[in-house]
Amino acid sequence: MSWQWFHRLGSPRWFYQTSTRWLPLLALIAAAVLVSGLVWGLAFAPADAKQGNSFRIIYIHVPASFLALAGYYIMAIAGAVGLIWKMKLSYMVMKSAAPIGAALTFIALFTGAIWGKPTWGAYWVWDARITSMLILLFLYLGVMALQYAYHSIDAASKAGAILALVGTVNIPIIYKSVDWWYTLHQPATIKFTSAPSMHIDMFLPLLVMIVGFYLFYAVALILHTRSEILRRERKTAWVRELVQPNVGEKA
Amino acid sequence: MAQSINSGFTPWLKRDLLLAYRRRGEVASPLVFFVMVSTLIPLGLTPESAQLAEIAAGMIWVMALLATLLSVDGLFASDYQDGSLEQLLISPQLLPMPLLGKITAHWLTTGLPLTLVSPLLGLMLSLPAAGYLPMLCSLALGTACLSLTGAVGAALTVSLRKGGLLLSLLVMPMYMPVIIFGSATISYAIDGLNWLPPLAILGALFAASVALCPLAAAGALRITSAN
Repeated sequence: MSWQWFHRLGSPRWFYQTSTRWLPLLALIAAAVLVSGLVWGLAFAPADAKQGNSFRIIYIHVPASFLALAGYYIMAIAGAVGLIWKMKLSYMVMKSAAPIGAALTFIALFTGAIWGKPTWGAYWVWDARITSMLILLFLYLGVMALQYAYHSIDAASKAGAILALVGTVNIPIIYKSVDWWYTLHQPATIKFTSAPSMHIDMFLPLLVMIVGFYLFYAVALILHTRSEILRRERKTAWVRELVQPNVGEKA
Repeated sequence: MAQSINSGFTPWLKRDLLLAYRRRGEVASPLVFFVMVSTLIPLGLTPESAQLAEIAAGMIWVMALLATLLSVDGLFASDYQDGSLEQLLISPQLLPMPLLGKITAHWLTTGLPLTLVSPLLGLMLSLPAAGYLPMLCSLALGTACLSLTGAVGAALTVSLRKGGLLLSLLVMPMYMPVIIFGSATISYAIDGLNWLPPLAILGALFAASVALCPLAAAGALRITSAN
């Protein structure tokens, strides 16, 4: 009985119909949390003593980086579920997670570059975290490229899942080795002291933004998965009826 | 049916070595690539030996990585085209061992020659004398990691018409730890530090790859060659 929800997920149709009901509410909550977090962080949080207002970009940068990494694991887990339980829906989730994760990784890199210019005096430095994020972007692009390369949806899904899993094994190794590499070559001009503990007035809006980004990620993932469901199930009766409700009746 | 876990390793190793021997020209091209690119570096940067010595360790590793990438594409390609890969897949043997045999043959015909040629390149790029032994050790271990990881990528792209470039995109991020510790081994030795720790990590990466990559490649081959 307790596994019923899991078995239901095997049906893309059930997911589509259920998410139709819940999506507006989820989107509303996500928008509310994001807007309140942004207004709080950008307008009301105190300015940083050293960085002034430029620090406020962390309200985008940090949540985006969080989800960029979490998104890879979500994608890999979805792929593993697909390989193990042969579930169509989870492959669709996996495929949808890749471009969203890549976009978030890009946002994290981009906002980092914008913040780096006034703070470090350069848009790009080969810092350990930045380099790891760049490699993460490459990993995402690889999964996306592999999926687009196959004509057969089945092969694309399974190959993508295997690559995502191999990447999951590699990510901790890559992160650790890039970390090690950086301590070896740390340039003397740029010093990264450990971040001073954040004041609670700055930290609370960040927390709100992180929650908001998670909600936003969920909304984006569901939306993307829904369109993927429609695309892959376009030949089934229920999708046809959904798109052209009258055609079926006339025929 | 009692099957030894080992079965399939030696026959496939021998077969691939024989095939490589009969196609010597093909096998030589990554090696020629390796030597040719090293000519580009003084032309593109500077012929001054002091400056070349500084970048020699890293450049040799970058070139070895690219040369391996060029060759790993062909690991399963001809077997896929002539149907012997399909025969392997439907045989009762466990798949990972024959694959490990093929990968070993690939390393013996690319990674090992690259390693053996590298002192010549070190000479051309005026690598400091302390760097030669670590370079040989790190290249021997590291190219084995590259062959193993590359096999997973080759298995994922074997049925695609233009798999070669895609393969590079897939495996390049996974190669980064290898190049970090590989070139660190050499630069540690040049700086007079103990170069065994980075080499040991390279060995750990190799051990993990030997254990996991044939399994992943086997899983990938079952999926991709079905199409």
